[in-house]
Amino acid sequence: MTNSTHKIIVEDLDFYYDDFQALEKVSLKAPANQVTALIGPSGCGKSTFLRTLNRMNDLIEGTQVEGKVLIDNEDIYQDDLDVVSLRKRVGMVFQDPNPFPKSIYDNVAYGPKAHGIKDKDKLDDIVEKSLKRAALWDEVHDRLDKSAIGISGGQQQRLCIARALAVNPDVILMDEPTSALDPVATAKIEELVEELKENYTIIIVTHSMQQAARISDYTAFFLTGEIVEAGPTEKIFERPEDQRTEDYITGRFG
Amino acid sequence: MQKRGKLSKFKEKAIEWFFFGNGILAIIILIGIFTLLLKEGLPTFQEVSIKEFLTSTDWNPTSYSNRSYGIVSLVYSTLLVTVGSLIFAVPLGIACAAYLAEVAHPRMREILKPTVEILAGIPSVVIGFLGIVLVGPMIAKVFNLSNGLNAINGSILLGVMALPTIISISEDAISAVPEEYKQASLALGTNEWHTLITVTLPAALSGIIAAVMLGMGRAIGETMAVLMATGNAPAFPESIFDSVRTMTATIAVELGEVPYNTTHYYSLFAIGLVLFLMTFVVNLISDLVLHKYGEGE
Repeated sequence: MTNSTHKIIVEDLDFYYDDFQALEKVSLKAPANQVTALIGPSGCGKSTFLRTLNRMNDLIEGTQVEGKVLIDNEDIYQDDLDVVSLRKRVGMVFQDPNPFPKSIYDNVAYGPKAHGIKDKDKLDDIVEKSLKRAALWDEVHDRLDKSAIGISGGQQQRLCIARALAVNPDVILMDEPTSALDPVATAKIEELVEELKENYTIIIVTHSMQQAARISDYTAFFLTGEIVEAGPTEKIFERPEDQRTEDYITGRFG
Repeated sequence: MQKRGKLSKFKEKAIEWFFFGNGILAIIILIGIFTLLLKEGLPTFQEVSIKEFLTSTDWNPTSYSNRSYGIVSLVYSTLLVTVGSLIFAVPLGIACAAYLAEVAHPRMREILKPTVEILAGIPSVVIGFLGIVLVGPMIAKVFNLSNGLNAINGSILLGVMALPTIISISEDAISAVPEEYKQASLALGTNEWHTLITVTLPAALSGIIAAVMLGMGRAIGETMAVLMATGNAPAFPESIFDSVRTMTATIAVELGEVPYNTTHYYSLFAIGLVLFLMTFVVNLISDLVLHKYGEGE
């Protein structure tokens, strides 16, 4: 494949928390408009890797990055890059639903407002569209002014997805978005992810191999800060090349 | 298994009662003070009508011919000085708290926060002293007044005294805002300033309000600094550059010289009662707000 179909290209990425090396020579190509799953046991660096893609690790003191991360062939770690505009393009959904203690409407409108959209009709339109895309509109359209803290965990997570969609990113990072949710809510999020990939490139960290198998097109297996194997999901799950990958997906460890 | 002896059972009960006694003591003292204020304050109204007491601006209990016991000027002065102090202390306090909680390097914070808390320990007479020799002349110079002992001087001093409370409690409230909110905001492509103003501070709002209320409680009840620095004129102030006398200063100045068991004497207790009710309401509100905050919305 050529670069043009790869939304994200990571080359030889090393990542350090102070002296601890959390990622070692990680290279990955994530195809555009597909779902890439990052799997691996706890502490293998998959969440750290995810957070290098929108530079959220910058917020942690004492971290250091070496190597290249290209999004649309642009190095996101170049010196004069505006991190704020990067995060507009690369949205993120966190492990635990974290809506703001504001109304449902204000949660979704938060990003667009921050980026200077003041027109009420325009905001209304963005809120409605985002909530519809996150498959939440039908459940909350009659109580947009109610606090987001009052809705269920699954709804909160879809609200967080809507909030991320509202700033119109092209990449969405998801950090174990269903680990705090029940099976029904999980199924809804998974269904949503499959719909969203038409318009967005999605990178999802997941603990659940079944989930990776169900929703991803491409899978990377992390182990102790390295990618052991990456490839089309089908291949990783049916014909893994590395013994460790096979051990992990057959449940022998992790 | 060995059975517990009677003695150890008794000991446990005794300890329980001891701590209960300690706890109840604070309540007994509070009730005692309140009763005393009522007992000594209420006889005022045998000679002075409650209406005159609460609505007249004339406070002149030592006049030969025409004694008057109106506390409006005193209450107004107290509120003027207090509100003035908050106008100055609240923005400064919240900004300082936000800096400590969100911006300052941990090492800087280790130095700054205890320093701010030491500020609370400066005796109010020292603050009053600074008001006379430092703040007063400065105000007189800047605003071209004959002297700087006036309401705004008191406001500045009270603001300084309320600052440690406001900073310390606001800082706790801001630090307690979940990291997830900030991360969510930053991940949406907003900068840290925007996140602070639109997410962190609103989420900490109830704690900040409680901090302001507690600072205000301190400012209303403060006596020595305002007594020294506000000029002591028990008249109705026309502006913040007039000399004023607060309720606390009035009690402090007059109680030492007043003959016992006269209406004047009783009226000072009545002022104390009104002051007590004012601080009680402020503390009650801050408590309610803090309680709501503790429950996390």
